[in-house]
Amino acid sequence: MKNLQGKVLFLDRSDINTDEIIPAKYLTESTKIALKPYCLEDLILEGFDPKKDIDGKSVIVTRANFGCGSSREHAPWVLECNGINLVVAENFARIFRQNMFNCGMAAISLSSAEIDEIFKTFSGSETDCCADIEAKTLTFSNGKDTKVYPFEASAFDLELVRAGGWVDYADQKY
Amino acid sequence: MGKTAAQKIFDAHRIDTPAPGVSVLKLDRVFCHEITTPIAINDLIARGKDRVFDCSCIKAVIDHVTPAKDSKTAEQGKTLRDWAHRQNIKDFFDIGRNGVCHAIFPEKGFVRPGFTVIMGDSHTCTHGAFGAFAAGVGTTDLEVGILKGVVSMREPETIRINVNGDLREGVYAKDLILTIIKTLTVNGATDKVIEFAGSTISAMDMDSRMTLSNMAIEAGATCGICLPDEKTVDYLWEFISGEFESKEAALAEYSKWLPDADAEYVKVLEINAAELEPVVTFNYKPDQVKTVREMTGTKVDQVYIGSCTNGRINDLRAAAEVLKGKKISPNVRAIVSPATPKIFSQALAEGLIQIFMDAGFCVTNPTCGACLGMSNGVLANGEVCASTTNRNFNGRMGKGGMVHLMSPATAAATAIAGEIANSPLFKG
Repeated sequence: MKNLQGKVLFLDRSDINTDEIIPAKYLTESTKIALKPYCLEDLILEGFDPKKDIDGKSVIVTRANFGCGSSREHAPWVLECNGINLVVAENFARIFRQNMFNCGMAAISLSSAEIDEIFKTFSGSETDCCADIEAKTLTFSNGKDTKVYPFEASAFDLELVRAGGWVDYADQKY
Repeated sequence: MGKTAAQKIFDAHRIDTPAPGVSVLKLDRVFCHEITTPIAINDLIARGKDRVFDCSCIKAVIDHVTPAKDSKTAEQGKTLRDWAHRQNIKDFFDIGRNGVCHAIFPEKGFVRPGFTVIMGDSHTCTHGAFGAFAAGVGTTDLEVGILKGVVSMREPETIRINVNGDLREGVYAKDLILTIIKTLTVNGATDKVIEFAGSTISAMDMDSRMTLSNMAIEAGATCGICLPDEKTVDYLWEFISGEFESKEAALAEYSKWLPDADAEYVKVLEINAAELEPVVTFNYKPDQVKTVREMTGTKVDQVYIGSCTNGRINDLRAAAEVLKGKKISPNVRAIVSPATPKIFSQALAEGLIQIFMDAGFCVTNPTCGACLGMSNGVLANGEVCASTTNRNFNGRMGKGGMVHLMSPATAAATAIAGEIANSPLFKG
């Protein structure tokens, strides 16, 4: 199973699309690892610098409709290449969410109020997040505050995380 | 309780329910292009599973960057081409016969009412225009589709959109769908299927219905379904005449995919088509929509007519009607990309290509290139493009560029004026 814990990158914006996560001009790459330097290159977000802010992060916390737009799985891949296997948001575009679980990564939804509270409590401080997919909880802590949020996820999605993705799951079953 | 169109298609294709609310569906079609398929092919090879579930159900095209612009895109084309030959995929479309996937696959009659279709391309929802369940997917779903002929989907809830009344002259399916996206917002239909119905949709030709279904994803929808009717059968007749005794018989068969009268919808929208006017997007989200009147005078550097949204023959006819006998502004460069070779030939035969060239347009081969800033019309930093495509995201057509989405007629009028302008076909 992929690592689902570590330092948090806060992206305080809704509707971050897959063109912003990985611009189309890089879709000519034929390996996933070649995408690594271009993660979130075109993201419009005040104060965010992709060259400095991604390094060392393992979790993204963001707002609504993350991953909208193009179906490119290059979006989860470029996150994975940068060590990020967990995205926590108010909600996700369907294809992006499915792509995450299909890769054995996790796209976890919390309520708007919970996301708000996480931003208010933790953004601006060095924060760790850990997902426990058996207990279905997310634990955030920054040394000062610790908060635990239960989440809902379909048994099927979590099965894909355990199986390491949809190809292995489907190949055994169908 | 009755069923929606999507529920009926799911019921007919479900082979497993791995968890409550999740269905694994048998696929009728898996479409492939050279950007998202090669990594799936290479992964199958690496797994020692370089095979396909059914070569007759898989269709492939090189369309995003064609002809290849560099070694990397040449390599992507080669991977797809070699695979298609190796796997005996007869319906593979290469240079000279290739076109934008969501224009050429319908044109070849590959989609039928009630079909399940996936492709590694978000605008796969276009094929919903035929009464099919068609969804964009990522490379992993595509890979499993190629290997096993199945896909997993959450049970779709459906939003019903009833559009009634006559569109005014100069108002098109593009104006309607942009208005719908503005109403629903970019996230308003996420995880849902849209069912388009009403007298306006019934009156629309298939080209217009494809424009409508094409942009369902811009509201987050999994698919945008138009209900099969006489126009669907007429369009498909050359491909299905061997299967049915008459068009009436075909329609009777396809009618089984129509929603029940008591189907349950999560939301119903009513739209009066007669009230619509030409619209255009502003800023970086496709739900940021204003009337052309409000945006008139916005300077543009480039005009682009083409794509899976608006590169079909009726789109070129509408633009040419505006351009006939006119010249584009000297401050603008304009590009038109007929979406398939057949459309290109038709446009030539009808004199449309000459109209575009006389007006000062560059006419390119069929390709997706400019729409996503990969080739054939990439914007420079700070440039503005009036475009008939489907996404105005930041950087979409080139880093630092701004895209205003609009209908082909509005794009043509904008090319002449050098700034956003209503087409003279719209009398207000």
